[in-house]
Amino acid sequence: MSRAETAVRTPSPLWTFGLLRSELATTFRRWRTLALLGVLAAVPVLVGVAVRIETGDGSSPAHGGGGDGPAFIAQITNNGLFLVFTALAATLPFFLPMAVGVIAGDAIAGEANTGTLRYLLVAPAGRTRLLLAKYATTMVFCLVATLVVAVSALTVGALLFPLGDLTTISGTRIGFAEGLGRALLIALVVAASLTGLAALGLFVSTLTNSGIAAMATTVGLLITVQILDQIPQLHAIQPYLFSHYWLSFADLMREPVHWDGLVKNLQLQTLYAAVFGSAAWARFTAKDITA
Amino acid sequence: MAPYESDDSTGAGQVDGKHSGRRRAARYVVPVAVVGVTAVTIGLVPALADSGSPDLPKITAQQLVEKIARSDVQQLSGTVKISTDLGLPDLGGLESGLIPGVGKGGEGSSADPTSKLTELVSGTHTLRVAADGPDRQKISLIEKAAEYSLIHNGKDVWGYDSESNEVFHGTAADSGGKHRGDRGDVPATPKDFADQALKSVDDTTSVIVDGTARVAGRDAYRLVVKPKHASGTTVGAISIAVDARTGLPLKFTLTPASGGAAVVDVGFTQVSFARPAAATFDFTPPKGAKITEEKDAGKGTGKDRGKDAGPGEHFRDSGPARKDLAKSGGPTVLGKGWNSIAVFDSGAEGGIPSSSGNGDLSGFLGSLGDRVSGTFGKGTVFSTRLINALMTDDGKVYVGAVTKDALVKAANTGR
Repeated sequence: MSRAETAVRTPSPLWTFGLLRSELATTFRRWRTLALLGVLAAVPVLVGVAVRIETGDGSSPAHGGGGDGPAFIAQITNNGLFLVFTALAATLPFFLPMAVGVIAGDAIAGEANTGTLRYLLVAPAGRTRLLLAKYATTMVFCLVATLVVAVSALTVGALLFPLGDLTTISGTRIGFAEGLGRALLIALVVAASLTGLAALGLFVSTLTNSGIAAMATTVGLLITVQILDQIPQLHAIQPYLFSHYWLSFADLMREPVHWDGLVKNLQLQTLYAAVFGSAAWARFTAKDITA
Repeated sequence: MAPYESDDSTGAGQVDGKHSGRRRAARYVVPVAVVGVTAVTIGLVPALADSGSPDLPKITAQQLVEKIARSDVQQLSGTVKISTDLGLPDLGGLESGLIPGVGKGGEGSSADPTSKLTELVSGTHTLRVAADGPDRQKISLIEKAAEYSLIHNGKDVWGYDSESNEVFHGTAADSGGKHRGDRGDVPATPKDFADQALKSVDDTTSVIVDGTARVAGRDAYRLVVKPKHASGTTVGAISIAVDARTGLPLKFTLTPASGGAAVVDVGFTQVSFARPAAATFDFTPPKGAKITEEKDAGKGTGKDRGKDAGPGEHFRDSGPARKDLAKSGGPTVLGKGWNSIAVFDSGAEGGIPSSSGNGDLSGFLGSLGDRVSGTFGKGTVFSTRLINALMTDDGKVYVGAVTKDALVKAANTGR
């Protein structure tokens, strides 16, 4: 492996896109991925139909308990667009991150498990590039999964409930077009909220050769963190848990938008992505690939 | 195209087995460094941000107090953070379930301003305030994925609770005073608190200007109000940051004499004196929202409160919303200045739970207070970090920002 040879073999930048494209195609053609997306698409349908049946006689949704249901659920009957926010609020604590955990955990360990990792490394892309392609694929999945929930919710909301101008949670009114814009922005923020977990899952995935173990560990970590975030005595560490600011996406529905929580969330996700992304790189580039 | 040729990253490690371990470990420096840099940033940035104490022309306390009085800010919008730590027992969800009106399942509307704003008496809350002249004000309590807004626009006063999608409507013509009263009972902005504090300034108080500070990105003077004779009162000091340009109080901090964290800390985290957008004050009830008119709401909750105002209820109200008690017997004030103690008859003779009942609830409430006795008889002291209250067994209540001993002394001599 002389220098000259390495120079000749330096892959062209196009290689990265080729690798990414093939990764994306492999991931999104899997039945497992499609099933996950199907489950995610079903959640808004369930919520929408449930709210519709509950309020069929014209009463407002039973929401006397205060804070029991997902956010925004009280407004769905008046404006179907709110189903997008409710669906995202309902799936963000568990369904979405679980799907991301499965994809991220499977990224490296799954290949190692089926014995295809070494063949991937045969391609003159290098480990760093492969890892980047895997992470990019996972992030694309975050975005696609979020959009699937949002689009499904918007469709169901439009079919079952009226659409129109909406009232922000600050009590001011915005037009439907701006509401749609905010819904899209919220979907992007939710997708970005998952990038920290995606990096964590990728790191876990480099630690083991068993895809199932990596997925289970990632989802297990997710559940643990969600529980820790609920314990009041641990308030000192909670601002550093990746899920702590997840629901801050609702701040986009304030008028004017309250940025504090949103900014903190994005900073925290960047931090998690940087720490666990570089840890995954440190592990993966120095690892003996035996399978 | 052999595998090892393309595998540039590990090639060196495999060739030189001895150093490979060290090289592998060296890669972990990157994540560790990221964590380190972040930790340093988190540690240093707030310290750097706080360190500014701007140079401002000297000013006397007298001038500064006048500046506050003269201050006439008509247009502003900003974010206020309010933290209260009265040291009340943390009842958590129980509290909101028990207090009528505050409990969302209660008969009153959850959008009723009186019930909603009493939530401010404990914990940390973020508020948004906006004002444009005397006729248009808005104050919003930011909650998790929800918001409670109180909007005053011309004739109308709207309360909107986005979580339950409930609306409260009053008119300023007959409730303007009441609306003010609500704000007075539950002061929300640093100005409300500062006005209260400066109202009580008399010869038992020392007022000094203690340097400058930066609050919400603005230069401010720090006014410190302190009781001159520290015996008796639980108030340690009150510090008010006053905007140097407009004279608007930006931050209000009350520290107890016992030391520790501030009991009340209210400050702008962000403020702008530009005219807020007109749409801020526009409110049309959303379709399908449950609207409660002020009169109905008043009837409902008022009756409820009057009817089953048992001893437990009195206790619950005795902390945050003492006005119900105050209504039942006009308070007389003993002492003066910081040591003043309000005395009134609760009318609940022998109704103090810890002395009369044996039930679980009585025991629970009794455990929250301390039994005391003196020449006045026997009673129970309920203490917080700022306000202490003595309920005697014959139904008299002594309340003040004074120590327990001072209360007992007042009860002894007041009889």
